[in-house]
Amino acid sequence: MTSDKEKSGITSLDDMFGDFAELVLENVTIELDELKLSLRPAVQQMARSVTQAALALPKSLISSSFTKPLGEYTQAIQEITLGATKGQGGTRGNTVTIGGHTAPAWDLFQAPPKNPPIIAADVFDMPISLAKVVKTHYKEVMDDPAEWAKLVVDKFGADVVTLHLISTDRQLGDTSPNDAAKTIEEVLQAVKVPILIGSAGDPVKDGPVLAKAAEVCEGERTLLCSATMDIYEPVAEAAKKHDQVVLSWTSIDINQQKELNRRLFEWLKPEQIVIDPTTAALGYGLEYAFTIMQRMRLGGLLGDEELRFPISSGTTNAWAAREAWLKNPALGPRELRGPIWESVTALALLLAGGDLFMMMHPAAIKTVHDLVDWMKEVRKVDDYPDWTSLSIPEGV
Amino acid sequence: MAKLPGPLEIYPLLPGTNCKECGEANCMAFATKMAEHTVKLEACTPLYEDPKYAKKLVKIEELVTPPVREVTIGVGEFAASIGAKLVLYRHDLRYTNPTSFFLDVPDNLDSEAFAKRVKEIEDWTYMYIGTNLRLDGIALRGVSQDPQTFAKAAKNLAGISNWPIILCSLQPEMLAAGAKAIADKRPLLYAATLDTWAEVGEIAVRHNLPLVAYAPGNLDNLATLTNTLRAMGVEQLVLDPGTASKSGLGSTVNNFTQLRRSAIIKENELLGYPLLAAPIAVWADHREGEAPELTKWDEVLTAASLIVRYSDILILHSADMWTNLPLTFLRSNLYTDPVKPVAVEAGLQTFGDVDADSPVLYTTNFALTYFTVESDIKQAGVTTYLIVIDTEAMSVQTAVAGRKLTAEKVAESLEETGIADKVNHRILVSPGMAARISGETEEASNWTVKVGPKDSSGIGKYLQEGKWKEE
Repeated sequence: MTSDKEKSGITSLDDMFGDFAELVLENVTIELDELKLSLRPAVQQMARSVTQAALALPKSLISSSFTKPLGEYTQAIQEITLGATKGQGGTRGNTVTIGGHTAPAWDLFQAPPKNPPIIAADVFDMPISLAKVVKTHYKEVMDDPAEWAKLVVDKFGADVVTLHLISTDRQLGDTSPNDAAKTIEEVLQAVKVPILIGSAGDPVKDGPVLAKAAEVCEGERTLLCSATMDIYEPVAEAAKKHDQVVLSWTSIDINQQKELNRRLFEWLKPEQIVIDPTTAALGYGLEYAFTIMQRMRLGGLLGDEELRFPISSGTTNAWAAREAWLKNPALGPRELRGPIWESVTALALLLAGGDLFMMMHPAAIKTVHDLVDWMKEVRKVDDYPDWTSLSIPEGV
Repeated sequence: MAKLPGPLEIYPLLPGTNCKECGEANCMAFATKMAEHTVKLEACTPLYEDPKYAKKLVKIEELVTPPVREVTIGVGEFAASIGAKLVLYRHDLRYTNPTSFFLDVPDNLDSEAFAKRVKEIEDWTYMYIGTNLRLDGIALRGVSQDPQTFAKAAKNLAGISNWPIILCSLQPEMLAAGAKAIADKRPLLYAATLDTWAEVGEIAVRHNLPLVAYAPGNLDNLATLTNTLRAMGVEQLVLDPGTASKSGLGSTVNNFTQLRRSAIIKENELLGYPLLAAPIAVWADHREGEAPELTKWDEVLTAASLIVRYSDILILHSADMWTNLPLTFLRSNLYTDPVKPVAVEAGLQTFGDVDADSPVLYTTNFALTYFTVESDIKQAGVTTYLIVIDTEAMSVQTAVAGRKLTAEKVAESLEETGIADKVNHRILVSPGMAARISGETEEASNWTVKVGPKDSSGIGKYLQEGKWKEE
């Protein structure tokens, strides 16, 4: 990210699960007193050996040294900036930058990520059906995209907002491109972060709606989601005309991704393309998304001009897995199962090379922000506790 | 990447007698399968039994040793084989030997609680596309710090469970007592350190047991320790570079990645051993009065990171469904053979004794969608037709959004399968996720479209209640 955004007031995981933990405990009628857990402070026996320099080892050890297994990469991933501040011709309080990497994801020994991955929270322009444990966080704002956007930025800490204009779908309300433009204006007013625009997936409406969005967002450097093999011309043309960025979205097929990008090159410059090979949920095809993202990142680094773009993931798709939302006590509380499902889906794709994660559950958003922060650099670990002798309270 | 041997390199080192003992038609066919890593060398029995092939055996074993060696823990049908990794990226071939999940049992539990914990671990299971997901082994932790207690617990554990065991203690006397008690069960010893290598290495050599080399946070130290243990004669090694969570996760992922990359890309055979990760270490941060869910959450994240990044064994504490479902799913996904087709054949499938009154459902030909639907229909035991539509291997939701599943496509499939001649009604049950094309489908096909459940787990109930026939 290019700016330090104020993140005060963000709900912490502790807060969220603090409440939840009480809930769970109530349900199983365990008194909090019974949970006074005795935990011996972790004994750090191994600290000594960590700090021991290889040279100071006892003579009888047969010294050996480790060489970093560096790779050779010929090309950097394209750096893409979304949003524009007043000075840059837009109205955003900050911009975000993704991509720019010179090494496989999180190969810190080679090079840290040029720009840490970011999170876009999904906002819809009409009430939609959501898993119950997601809905509970949004029920107050379902009718008001501007309030919804404020919530995800102020409370959930989203870096950017994706406004999905699904009401433009002919089956879901058939609202006009002008109606959509009004909603976009409202959301632009409501939040200062960059906003991304999603269409409904209606073959007839997507072109005109995204073209209108590109026009309304003139100067804002938005991401138009998406250009597909079926509809790319009007999207690419509008992006060119109004200097926007395009999400090039394909369906788990690396050759199709290359083909679509080739077609987009006719209108767009490299700094106007983000790629999305489709995210499948953990347990329901995640490995395809994982492997394609990994191949795309490596392909880009090794010189493939058609794959050298930052990668976006529709991580909310994690909720398509029934294990994420089924109400089934045997599977454990879905209040935890759901957001961990979204978090682990994101985590796998973070490690594969994702740059932009479109997400929904606040605990998952918080978790992915934490993960990015924890993984973005090598921090010295002072203690490796001896877990072999650790006393863990029984029954947890 | 380390070059994997081809059939023409393997063939000259086989007996060349085409004896078929391995089950293949001839030695060349066996060599081809060896190169594809779909058979094991041990299947060529003459190579091992006939002394005249002794030289060939040495050469071929060297040739086919994977860049990450294989280590076996335990004995019998539950033994866990770990490592034997051939590639850094699954798309380069496939990952072998899925990460083994070892759950902890402390040695100081009373016998009832001990047995209960073991049973909890052994019984953990979940049915996932036709297979039962399970955990793999038990990590006995020397919490008592008393060698006698540890040995007794090890003996007890080996008595009540056939599962592979890791004996976990950083005290050499503890490991000596534990190893002596159950050496015949081939436990993995955890661990030798820079301080204890001499004593612990000797225990491993004496009982011929696999051993973990543990040097946290310093890969020079780990290389030195490995080098030393090998010189002592320890052959079956597992490496543990230390597991730190939260702000230490970057360092941990970085170390695991460097070790595996060194073994496979740089062909550094000193580091060509399986890797052990201990997400259980998060429990050292667990504070009194804190919700255990927070610690479990952390354990899942640490474990998930290291399933992706090359751990061959995980040591875990949490045995909940909500913690281990995402982890076993992740493992299952990443260890799936990437050449496994994404699509199943399109066409008409039948379940049970179908007749002219049976319902007609449709789904897509994406393998995971199809197998999930198939498994749900079978589990519910309902009788039905199922039309599998070619959506270029996309799930229902994705195919509708990507316009690979359209009203016209559905109408065509109805036509092609000739289902109209097989049933006496014209009602088609659509997946709930395809609701938005149901109107158009009625127009395109002249069938009545009923929108079924959004998730196929609801199919059984939906059909049994006869909702599809309701006016």
